[in-house]
Amino acid sequence: MALVVRRPQLKWWEKIYLPVIAKGLVITMRHFIRTLTGRTKVTMQYPEEKWNDQLPEHYRGAPALVTDEQDRERCVACQLCEFICPPRAITIIPEEIPSEDKWAKVEKRPLAFNIDMIRCIYCGLCEEVCPEQAIFLRKDYAITGESRAEMVHDKARLYEVGGRRVGLVNKWNDLK
Amino acid sequence: MADDLVNVQIDGTWHQFPKGTRMIEACRQAGVEVPHYCYHPKLSSPGNCRMCLVEMGMPPRPKPGEELARDEDGRLPIQWMPRPVIACANTVSENLGIRTESALTKSCREGVMELLLINHPLDCPICDQAGECRLQEFSVEHGTGGSRFREDKVKKPKNVDIGPRVRLDDERCIMCSRCIRFTAEVADDPVLGFTERGSHTTLAVHPGRRLENNYSLNTVDICPVGALTSTDFRFQMRVWFLKETESICTGCGRGCNTEVSSREGSILRQTPRENNEVNSTWMCDQGRLDFHYVNSEARLTQPLLKGSEGHRAVSWEIAVKTLADKLAGFESSKIAIIASARLTNEDLYLVRRLAQQLGVKELDVIARFGEDDGYLVAADRNPNSRGAVLVLGLDSDPGSRISGIRRDIESGKIAALLAIGEDLTSPEGGFSPALLSQLEFLGQIHHTANATADAAVVVLPGATSFEKSGSMVNVTGRLQRLAPVVPLPGEAREDWLILRDLLQALDGGNGAGSSDEVFTLLAHEVSAFEGRTLASISPLGEVLIETGETVPLLEREKGRIAKGEIVG
Amino acid sequence: MDFIALAISAVKIVGLVFLVIMPMVAYAVWAERRVSALIQDRVGPNRVGFQGLLQPVADGLKFILKEDFTPKNVRTGYYWLAPALTMVPALLTCAVLPFGSQLFGEPMVIANLNAGPLFIFAIASLSVYGIVLAGWASNSKYPFLGGVRSTSQMISYEISLGLSIIPVLMILGDLNLGRMVQDQSVNGWLMLPLWGDRFSLKGLLLLVPVVISFVVFTVSMFAETNRLPFDLPECETELVAGYHTEYSSMKFALFFLGEYAAMIIGSGLAVTLFFGGWSLPFGWLSWDGKADIPWWQGLIHMATFFGKVVVFILFFIWVRWSLPRFRFDQLMRLGWVFFFEIAVINIILTAGIMMLVK
Repeated sequence: MALVVRRPQLKWWEKIYLPVIAKGLVITMRHFIRTLTGRTKVTMQYPEEKWNDQLPEHYRGAPALVTDEQDRERCVACQLCEFICPPRAITIIPEEIPSEDKWAKVEKRPLAFNIDMIRCIYCGLCEEVCPEQAIFLRKDYAITGESRAEMVHDKARLYEVGGRRVGLVNKWNDLK
Repeated sequence: MADDLVNVQIDGTWHQFPKGTRMIEACRQAGVEVPHYCYHPKLSSPGNCRMCLVEMGMPPRPKPGEELARDEDGRLPIQWMPRPVIACANTVSENLGIRTESALTKSCREGVMELLLINHPLDCPICDQAGECRLQEFSVEHGTGGSRFREDKVKKPKNVDIGPRVRLDDERCIMCSRCIRFTAEVADDPVLGFTERGSHTTLAVHPGRRLENNYSLNTVDICPVGALTSTDFRFQMRVWFLKETESICTGCGRGCNTEVSSREGSILRQTPRENNEVNSTWMCDQGRLDFHYVNSEARLTQPLLKGSEGHRAVSWEIAVKTLADKLAGFESSKIAIIASARLTNEDLYLVRRLAQQLGVKELDVIARFGEDDGYLVAADRNPNSRGAVLVLGLDSDPGSRISGIRRDIESGKIAALLAIGEDLTSPEGGFSPALLSQLEFLGQIHHTANATADAAVVVLPGATSFEKSGSMVNVTGRLQRLAPVVPLPGEAREDWLILRDLLQALDGGNGAGSSDEVFTLLAHEVSAFEGRTLASISPLGEVLIETGETVPLLEREKGRIAKGEIVG
Repeated sequence: MDFIALAISAVKIVGLVFLVIMPMVAYAVWAERRVSALIQDRVGPNRVGFQGLLQPVADGLKFILKEDFTPKNVRTGYYWLAPALTMVPALLTCAVLPFGSQLFGEPMVIANLNAGPLFIFAIASLSVYGIVLAGWASNSKYPFLGGVRSTSQMISYEISLGLSIIPVLMILGDLNLGRMVQDQSVNGWLMLPLWGDRFSLKGLLLLVPVVISFVVFTVSMFAETNRLPFDLPECETELVAGYHTEYSSMKFALFFLGEYAAMIIGSGLAVTLFFGGWSLPFGWLSWDGKADIPWWQGLIHMATFFGKVVVFILFFIWVRWSLPRFRFDQLMRLGWVFFFEIAVINIILTAGIMMLVK
């Protein structure tokens, strides 16, 4: 069953194009004039105007690590984010927490936690997969650097961006 | 044999099994996996985890004089028992029925899972077992997904140092007792046991003892949860990132079958692979941890040539050309070649061709002997002594000419020496640096920097056994395959490739393009290998020659199978 | 030819090409981007300088600083020649365009040829070689296809282009572009015959073939300059970037500038032929080429010419951002089946009107 496409039957004046071309020209001219006289609202002028205060709650900006109320790093280096990360932007080297550390009972923490922000696609899967509520996508979107190395956010930078986050589930409480 | 077979109905279909087969094994053979924790075919079955509960039925007992009606296939009706039984310790009998997916079985599994998880800490994000944890897997497959337990979990010791290579986390333990049985039944070092009772049951090491026998890491393999973890692998890498390669251990002549796990070019752990002709499912700790040298800083990565100011890196072409020119410059009676029984058959074949090309008579390997531990570690600590004898065609025991070569060097009869895959200054080699300095020329192919390389004029970087493909023959005469696990560092090359280029530079080129082709050439020349190819060697290896040697651990296991203690 | 005449010619060449045409090319690009942005409800380049007016300078700097990359498998000689071959003819044609009446007694045209339109067509048809060479020397399939398309398109439309101005030549009875403009200045523009001799029955009747001529000429000019809706040689959706796919840096810039230069010259020609060149409408400040005129009047004439050209360029841009691209078969059909016939019939129509109406 072939599908028969019905072509519109063109009138003679449509066939010579010129009237329709004129019509098209009128439309574009109208847009030109409206924009020129400022009646059409155009794009936000980025560096001067920013929409920081209008960002929605669920905005997905740069991923960052957070610490809890007691300044414990929440990340335990389970590497699930490294696994789920579609562009493989995350690299984690785990280490054992030494027994003299205050948080030795947590046993494991990241020795290195790098996110290559050139690779990151801001999908938020790392936040979604994290079993420890340790990584969150922040509202920072202007991530720039002058070298590739600078664009790799290391652990210190990630905690600096993430800061302390309170009110989350505290898995490593005193009962633990 | 037909008398020994019994008819068993599993999930509605009839199968035949030898009488005495465990129900769990019958189900496995019928393609139905019954979840289990404590059961292990190589260990006794205490039946304490209760995970393998299935519904069982038998023909009803007839009233006196009553004849049970048989259906058209001659089967008797099955009367199902009201209570489940454990599949791991019960055996099949004629006209037995097993239901593994019934409502009763399912609710049993859900109940057992919920109870097992009551005191389990659920610290999967930090637990090394996550990803290969039976508790995780069965919780997903057979659990309810929630817990009704509102009380506080029992606190137990964590991160307990029970031995040099094994770490214990008691909270994660589900009391399956596999490790206890392994140490008692297989390793004959019963140091583990349970203390306390009920919810407080705790796995502990005997006071004053430690889990430090040479087979301790097998407990980590058989632990279904993360209670026992390897100190070496602890927190190194999540298991789902690992790439597994099937290979063999080259620590001794046993040639235990292994699975080597690596990620992005670095080896992270080595675990035994089941081969009931070689190593059962076990492996010694020493062999298992013998891979760290692969990632070592001392690896040779560039061909080196010794000049007035020490060694400098040169291109492969120059290095191989220099080596060939130097060797060709000596009379054949003045050259000796010391190969290694740690090389593959393919490497050794090309060594043989090299000796033929140069007309060298003084050709031998370094022998290494230790003590047979009565389990898996063989007295011959070279992985391929049998292969060396076969391939090099040595007319005496391997290593017997070495002292002669040493004397000849001292007397000046031998002026040029090529060491392939061996550090001659090692205790087994027995060459002193002073002796080596008497040589006019010394060349070496080796993977790691060593004292012999310091003295050598030409040093070519070779491959470790984790970086090459090839074959080896173990002490029982079994031909087994090695697989490359990680890429070679820097410009290092596989040894067969180096030897081939050297042969070509000496105008004895054979044009082999892969280790498979070298093996084919070898099979043409050495009768024992005739008709085989490298690719045709089964993953479990195949018998090449009969040596009459047996594996003590396997012999004991056979005895226990015969007595019905284990399944095997 | 004495030294003074040579010097004056040189001044005119340098002045026209480097002070007028080149900046016009640069700002045509800027206008293109700003106008297209406004048509599409955007802003366009407005960062570099006031309202982005320094953008062309930045663009030029960028082109110069970019790596001049020559791919490995090209025919280097022809590959290097091609960009020049598209730029040079476009600039050469401006030699005969009268861009003003007279300044300090000197006619404002570089070469006062008696065969102006013929010279322009002869030179303009050379620019096809640049594109063909670029397509062929790049040794790559997209440029090759672009080059082939361009050849057939330019050769096809040259015919209707040439035929379309024959009525104009018939009416004006001259081949010297300067005198053609002087005629229109005094006797009324061909497209606006509202004063002088042309404000008569014959003149108004002739408006019909002139308008047809103008439409055919303009459309053919679009096709000749490879601009939308006829930019099939560099059609992005099919050919990546057509004949200049393999070009970068200044070589690409030459193609780019060549296209805009051709557009300016085309606009200049259309203005000269149909809209009275430098002359003001209704015979104001008209000049018949006989007596000298004061310098301020010459300046006004020059400004008029370039003003008209700018309007025409804006029309080019407007059309480009309004119409979709033709399909290649439609393009060839339009050229050969319609414009060619229309142009021929138009010649007969003009001749008939000129013969019958006195």
